[in-house]
Amino acid sequence: MSAKQDRRDKIASRAVQVGFLVALMGFWYFATAYWGVNRLLLPNPLNVWQELKDVLGSGEYLPDLKVTLTEVAVAFAISCSTGVTLGYLISRSQFLIKVFEPLLAGFYSVPIILFLPLYVLFFGLGEGSKIALGTTISFFPIVLNTIAGFGYVDRIFITAARSMGASDVQMFRYVLLPAAFPVILTGLRIGFTVTLLSILGSETLASLAGLGHKIVHLAEAMETARMFAYIAFVVVIAAFLNSVVSSVERRANRR
Amino acid sequence: MNRPLHLQKVLYRHPGLARLAVVVALFLLWEISARWWIDPSFLSPPSRVVASFGELFETPGIPKALQITFWELAVAFAISVAAGLPIGLAVGLSRFSNRSLMPIILLLYGTPQVTILPLFILYFGIGPPSKIAFGVSHGIFPIIVTIVAGVQNIKPILMTAAHSMGASRWQIFRWVIFPHMIPTFFAGMRLGMTGVLLGVLLAELYVSSAGIGYFTQLFTQAFDPTKLLGLVSVLAAMAIVMNEIVRRAEVHFGRWRTD
Repeated sequence: MSAKQDRRDKIASRAVQVGFLVALMGFWYFATAYWGVNRLLLPNPLNVWQELKDVLGSGEYLPDLKVTLTEVAVAFAISCSTGVTLGYLISRSQFLIKVFEPLLAGFYSVPIILFLPLYVLFFGLGEGSKIALGTTISFFPIVLNTIAGFGYVDRIFITAARSMGASDVQMFRYVLLPAAFPVILTGLRIGFTVTLLSILGSETLASLAGLGHKIVHLAEAMETARMFAYIAFVVVIAAFLNSVVSSVERRANRR
Repeated sequence: MNRPLHLQKVLYRHPGLARLAVVVALFLLWEISARWWIDPSFLSPPSRVVASFGELFETPGIPKALQITFWELAVAFAISVAAGLPIGLAVGLSRFSNRSLMPIILLLYGTPQVTILPLFILYFGIGPPSKIAFGVSHGIFPIIVTIVAGVQNIKPILMTAAHSMGASRWQIFRWVIFPHMIPTFFAGMRLGMTGVLLGVLLAELYVSSAGIGYFTQLFTQAFDPTKLLGLVSVLAAMAIVMNEIVRRAEVHFGRWRTD
């Protein structure tokens, strides 16, 4: 295929993407402005834009954003430290890997969202239950990837380093860690994504504060336009955080 | 002195046995702590949870609620597969549609759908349709993405070889693409099932008039951990069984492939 045709293809597919978005927005606008769709079900995009400007301008989102981000940070910090530590300890022995890896993987296949009612019972409606859920959900990908990273380092590297007289510290610093690092990072990235999702989700289900709580609150008050504005806000924040984490992963892997 | 050494050796040779021991130890720890240390209005021992299964199923509404949840899962999964497969094929088989539509699909896949859960309730009501719709919204994207990736991973050499031997489009689809699709299809189904479980359970826990979400809330507010734990374990068992069926199917149909 020639370069020219390739470029024409690219332009055409961009046109389809832009056309899709324009059609969607146009459809949304006409449906609400002229075709009489109930404003409570689907607000006018212009109203949503107004509300979004109002929300951003007034800084009304700040307390909820702070609550959500704190929960994400605490949950992620706990699951990172426990997940990586436990994963490392387990990966030190082939026997422990054989015992624990299937257990952890099996537990991972249970939809952990089911624990939310239990956590609400244990820790209450506040931040505790959200942090507990976020920690539980993100613990598994992190610990499993840590085991996979440290546990399956090529034997030949270890034997070579040993026979050249590497100490335990040197072994860890120059053999195990570089080999395991990319795999662990992937686990951390997945862990972060699911932490964010589960914190938002648990705030939506049962909570006292936070962005998920705000959206539910607006839905129950039938302030649909403002709810759409908050949804857009949360989606952008989530996309931003996820892309930051992905780029950190990419950069660390390039080294 | 000799005995423990012997035991150690046996355990070492059979990791499965050690795994079982770990599980038993965890349950014992749970049983002991729930019996003597922790407030019984928060945690009840596993023995009592198991003993109360009969009582749980006799609670009016519970069997019906489990049945409803099961149907929601099954319907949502069926819709996800039935819609995700043709979309995935259409997007994956054509270079142009792949290039133009895939970014849109990935964008939708990447947005946190929990934020629009209230919208689903607003549009579909608090009954089963909203749960099914939310389950489909979680299940369909992994299926599409996996199918697209699977179609594109077919080695070009196989396509070229079939072409140069004069295979028609249909023959290529039947003898080259289709066999390669089967493992991908089941891998996609497994991911789709995980998504459907998450979506349906999220929507159930969010708001529910007669489903399991209603009962989890009821038991939480009544500080009845025995029934709550019982209900959660029944649901977890249901999820594990559904996951396992799809996973077995994946292993079974993917075994011809050696790479």
